[in-house]
Amino acid sequence: MSAAGTPRAAALVLADGSTFEGEAIGATPDGGIATGEVVFNTALSGYQEVLTDPSYAGQIITFTYPHIGNYGTTADDDESRAAFARGVIVRDLARRHSNWRAESDLDSFLRAKGLAGIAAIDTRRLTRILRDAGAMGGAFGPIEGDGATDLAALTAAAAAEPGTDGVDLVSQVTTPEAYRVGLEPGTGKHVVAFDLGVKRAILDQLGRFATVDVVPASTPAAEVLAMNPDGVFLSNGPGDPEMLGGTIDAIRDLVGQVPMFGICLGHQALALALGGTTEKLPFGHHGSNHPVRDETTGKVEITAQNHNFAVVADSVAHVADVTHINLNDGVCQGMALRDEKVFSVQHHPEASPGPHDSAYLFDRFNALMEGDTENGAA
Amino acid sequence: MPRRDDIESILIIGAGPIVIGQACEFDYSGTQACKVLREDGYRVILANSNPATIMTDPDFADATYIEPLDRQVLARIIETEKPDALLPTLGGQTALNLAMELVEDGVLERNGVELIGASADAIETAENREKFKEAMTGIGMEVPRSNVAHTMDQARVVIEEIGLPVVIRPAYILGGRGTGIASTMEEFEHVAANGLAASPISEILIEESIAGWKEFELEVMRDHADNQVIICSIENLDPMGTHTGDSITVAPIQTLSDKEYQEMRDDAFACLRRVGVETGGSNVQFAVEPATGRRVIIEMNPRVSRSSALASKATGFPIAKIAAKLAVGYSLDEIPNDITEKTPASFEPTIDYVVTKIPRWAFEKFPGTSGKLGTSMQSVGEVMAIGRTFPESVQKACRSLEQGHTGLDAGGRWDGLSDDELLAATAVSTADRLFQVAAALARGLTIDQIHDASKIDPWFLDQLSIVTEERAALAEVALQGRGLADLSRAEWRRAKQLGFSDAQVADVFGASEADARAARIANGVIPTYKTVDTCAAEFEASTPYHYSTYEDENEVSESDRDKIIILGSGPNRIGQGIEFDYCCVHASFALRDAGFETIMVNCNPETVSTDYDTSDRLYFEPLTYEDVMNIVEAERPVGIIVSLGGQTPLKLADALPPELVLGTSPASIDAAEDRDQWASVCARLDIPQPAGGTASSPEEAEAVAERIGFPALVRPSYVLGGRAMEIVYDTDGLIAAMRAMAVDGSLGREGGLSAERPVLVDRFLEDATEVDVDALRDATGAAIIGGVMEHVEEAGVHSGDSACVLPPPNLSAEVIRVIEGYTRQIAEELEVVGLINVQYAVKDGQVFVIEANPRASRTVPFVAKATGRPLAKLASRVMAGATLADLATEGLLPTADGEIPGWAPEGIWAVKEAVLPFNRFPESDALLGPEMRSTGEVMGIDVTPGLAFVKSQLAAGQKLEPGGTVFLSLADRDKPAGMEVAGLLAELGFSFVATAGTAAALRDAGLDVAREVTKIVDGENTDAVTALTLIESGEVSLVINTPRGRGARADGAYIRTAAAQTGVALITTVAAARAVARGLSDWQDSPLEVRSLQSVHATYTPASGI
Repeated sequence: MSAAGTPRAAALVLADGSTFEGEAIGATPDGGIATGEVVFNTALSGYQEVLTDPSYAGQIITFTYPHIGNYGTTADDDESRAAFARGVIVRDLARRHSNWRAESDLDSFLRAKGLAGIAAIDTRRLTRILRDAGAMGGAFGPIEGDGATDLAALTAAAAAEPGTDGVDLVSQVTTPEAYRVGLEPGTGKHVVAFDLGVKRAILDQLGRFATVDVVPASTPAAEVLAMNPDGVFLSNGPGDPEMLGGTIDAIRDLVGQVPMFGICLGHQALALALGGTTEKLPFGHHGSNHPVRDETTGKVEITAQNHNFAVVADSVAHVADVTHINLNDGVCQGMALRDEKVFSVQHHPEASPGPHDSAYLFDRFNALMEGDTENGAA
Repeated sequence: MPRRDDIESILIIGAGPIVIGQACEFDYSGTQACKVLREDGYRVILANSNPATIMTDPDFADATYIEPLDRQVLARIIETEKPDALLPTLGGQTALNLAMELVEDGVLERNGVELIGASADAIETAENREKFKEAMTGIGMEVPRSNVAHTMDQARVVIEEIGLPVVIRPAYILGGRGTGIASTMEEFEHVAANGLAASPISEILIEESIAGWKEFELEVMRDHADNQVIICSIENLDPMGTHTGDSITVAPIQTLSDKEYQEMRDDAFACLRRVGVETGGSNVQFAVEPATGRRVIIEMNPRVSRSSALASKATGFPIAKIAAKLAVGYSLDEIPNDITEKTPASFEPTIDYVVTKIPRWAFEKFPGTSGKLGTSMQSVGEVMAIGRTFPESVQKACRSLEQGHTGLDAGGRWDGLSDDELLAATAVSTADRLFQVAAALARGLTIDQIHDASKIDPWFLDQLSIVTEERAALAEVALQGRGLADLSRAEWRRAKQLGFSDAQVADVFGASEADARAARIANGVIPTYKTVDTCAAEFEASTPYHYSTYEDENEVSESDRDKIIILGSGPNRIGQGIEFDYCCVHASFALRDAGFETIMVNCNPETVSTDYDTSDRLYFEPLTYEDVMNIVEAERPVGIIVSLGGQTPLKLADALPPELVLGTSPASIDAAEDRDQWASVCARLDIPQPAGGTASSPEEAEAVAERIGFPALVRPSYVLGGRAMEIVYDTDGLIAAMRAMAVDGSLGREGGLSAERPVLVDRFLEDATEVDVDALRDATGAAIIGGVMEHVEEAGVHSGDSACVLPPPNLSAEVIRVIEGYTRQIAEELEVVGLINVQYAVKDGQVFVIEANPRASRTVPFVAKATGRPLAKLASRVMAGATLADLATEGLLPTADGEIPGWAPEGIWAVKEAVLPFNRFPESDALLGPEMRSTGEVMGIDVTPGLAFVKSQLAAGQKLEPGGTVFLSLADRDKPAGMEVAGLLAELGFSFVATAGTAAALRDAGLDVAREVTKIVDGENTDAVTALTLIESGEVSLVINTPRGRGARADGAYIRTAAAQTGVALITTVAAARAVARGLSDWQDSPLEVRSLQSVHATYTPASGI
């Protein structure tokens, strides 16, 4: 059921040899083959936000909900300047979209962003493979028509796909130049945000109460401190936290100097800077429906999640308390330093896509910068 | 916070009889609640008047009161049981309203009963439209502009402010009754007046019309710690203007962007907080203006609702069960998710399939109704289907309806309409609209044209168009001269993935379904079964809840246990409802206990049978040959039960592998159904039948009638619920009845098969007493009589609409002995293994057999509740090979001196009464006849037949008063018997108002007539007091009106309609009037007592064998 006209046959091959036949959608991949680490997302809506989330750099995204593209796309829903993902896999791409906000259909959007995709495959079978084996390399491309590839080439490409472990993806997505968003300087707080692959929704949230200077991931601590911020923000981003190198050094130097808040990769980077460790989860968390309990209040929030790595709680126990726990599997979802105004969470309080339940964390950061530890995390 | 230990006993109020707007979804929710609260160690007290429910099975509560759901009766139950808490949120609007009455009466306070689940304040805020609107605007939400009126004058002021079009809704009503839309001032005057009359407090809300907007629902759960989660999001395919119960709905939401959805989610949470729903499930409805995204909140239900049942089945999240646990103190994160077993209930299910619900209506039963859908709910049931995509899901839902659709097929029904006429038809919401849209798409009308007319969202229209395009593509293949056998694997797969049934593909190629099936299987295209797991496969799930689709991977693994498939009864409809679900569920329980792996197949989301933990495995699938056979081939069961789910599974019996059909053989079922075979059975056994014959044309029917004489009963074979059954008094009536049965749509829609069967024409025995018997026979020939029931109304009123009494109060021991003997003989002759229901007519002491049905009947749950003997469970075991002796040994059947006795309780009488939906169909006459029209039933149980009858009437909603004024208007033939009743009523102190003829008869009988009236305004004498005005003014407390003429608008129809609309007790047969009079007499002697079923059953002792 792809767009009108004869669909172009395509195939997806995973590193374990599993093969799926479907139809090509979106852009034609460079060299006829798109490769990446194949992951899934279980959110029912928010495909455009997911596709433009820099955290998906290096990955091919499978949407478990079968109908994707129903409400079209709009520039308002872009989470970054590009689609950093390597590809998209859907069961069914909407032929016609319908929503007052829509400016374009998803297929055109994919072409415009240069993102290739494959549709009409058994995405539930794929998800079950990924659930059991973990994210794995994969390759897809058209197997019919001009520039078509074949199963042998796809199999080879899938096997050669390095995945995201040990790969520096942040340097591909971080801003090359610092830039400023949010409030007019002097009208609120001043936050320096490390861009490890930041989503626009996070900057919008910080911008509610701060002037935000977004700086490249490689910015040294001294440069940050020279900007004299009220707080430092560590953003989300793609891939393996071990690859962050310089950013982790900078964070280590900043802890204790200035209030700090980290999200997702920023949370993991903070843990590493504190001497902690991260581990790769068996399945990762990928969706908009994960229950997380704020251990400081006992309240449960439904959260948006997208990560394969997690902080090992014991490894930071010497300096930090676990503040948030994923109720599905008990994974550490947030921590706060006992002696410093520093806290971080693994999930996405900015939502986009996803529920707004955790938005209070931005207010907590704001309060922390006020020095109001009553409402703060510490 | 864990479970509350300060409460020990909890009263749950059920929803009462199945009525339009309140169906078996509340049996599902109540059953779940009873189960979970007992598991948690609470003493559960249940009040529900509906004996057909599973929740009223004595195993599900510690004390089960099958008593009228009435404030006084409930007060008695509370005084007797002294529960610590009342949980009112699981029994629909009925329970919520009663809880409010008990609060107002001070009953809860006096007895120290705490209302849990929802506070009186919260209920008031949600239910009172004005308060709700204020509350919502107070927290910054938009609502449609509106105002309240209590009189027509006020209403006219309000309309000036708001402007047309408007919606008018009466306050405190259930399912939207009395609600309407007005686009002109004339319509406004009419609808507003009706609304004021319908509201018990004479209050209407006049509201800006948002008809045509997109409609959405969110199912929300909240715990006492203010944790909130959305269980399911639902989008209505039918835009605003059609009651959500009458709308085709789809889960999840399809056409909202994440930003819009999340804001709606925030609003839903804010709504629950503001209303003050402390714990439990609620349903919040929104409308969105398509062009601007402007969102308004429409309403919320602070309780488990029909949508909650759908949401539970759509996602696998058991809302009612969790709601019950939240009500007793747990928080969401303390409750495990049953499905994953590893994760907590404090999450939001996500799904990787599409769910479609389509309602089912019964307009053909109510002549005179327009068939137009609006803001008042009219459907009697619904189906749900699961597919990986919307096209697959909607096509499966279409064929689940059992109305002859093989999928989304328009057939040729609207070929005669011009394009403009067809578009105009799609602008009106009706039962046919979906198929009219398909017809419009098939003839090439554009999505934009159809959207402009119908306001159905273009995304849905495009998806429907994908289906019609595929059908056209298949037709093109056929046109090219290629046959079914030439379809490639890819072509088959594509069609199957779009939800095409074999029968649908066969239809395109002019081939048989069997050929299509063979061709498909030859191409290796067979279904894969996926799992409903609440998490889109993110976690491993242990749920045994499956649906079919055509994908790569099948997730269901074969087990090597002995498996039995139980075929459910499909959508609720008049004639086939919850009673059959009760039987299927009981079979599943009993067979599971006996060590079988049970597999349920059904497509009705309201039911207990489609709860994923009722059976070992659940397949949520259409009950068609194709879908059932696919499961049979995938599961390889040792047997299939077809005789407990009503006609739906029975119709499949012939086509299924005969060695797998458990119980009575399909050949015996045919022998009972086939006119000639049945006649020879009766002849062999020497059992008298009324004279009769079969006819497949009006001429043949005339010939039969000439032989047997009039009046005659005319009916089609193989239908339930007396569909199209009619009593005719002369040749003209006979011809008309035959013609009506022949026209397209009257018979074929019940399932297709029946139109091929001949019509039965029988001599009708006037004034005979009708008797129903349920019996059970095993393969060795041992049989027990489950119950002999005497009908209150005389033969001619459909048995499903007639009240019946168990044991028979007016039959002689000799007649009962003859009836039981005939029943055993028939069961023996038909080699019945399992249940059989036989109907008799007794006239002047002679017993005639009317018909026999070797399957579970509608009365099985009633008999089980009255006698304490679990007939359906016993039947399922017998069908699976057990003997009655085995069951006695196991203790499932009581024995006396080593024998299985008949049931003969001393001094307890049970009455089953039908509940009719006439108040929903004001255009239709509130008369009983041979065509069944009741939607549900209630039971009264007491120490005299009279008291039991009074209870049954109160339970059915008849506002019987022990005294007052009776309006009497009788047909001439009813006058002699009617005078006897009148005499009895006079003794009880009633006074009479009567029409001229009846008044004369009363005076002749020596009775006083307080007032003589005309029926309606009579010519110029407009000042005369009419029956209508007396009824509407409330001066009359009981209306006894028997019809003079015949037909849809028989004489006196206005009187009956007025009584049905105002809720004054209405009796339309002399037999029922007699029973009422006797009951009232007993009632004057002794007040109504309440008794739990458990205490009643405890008094039974096995009597001597029959």
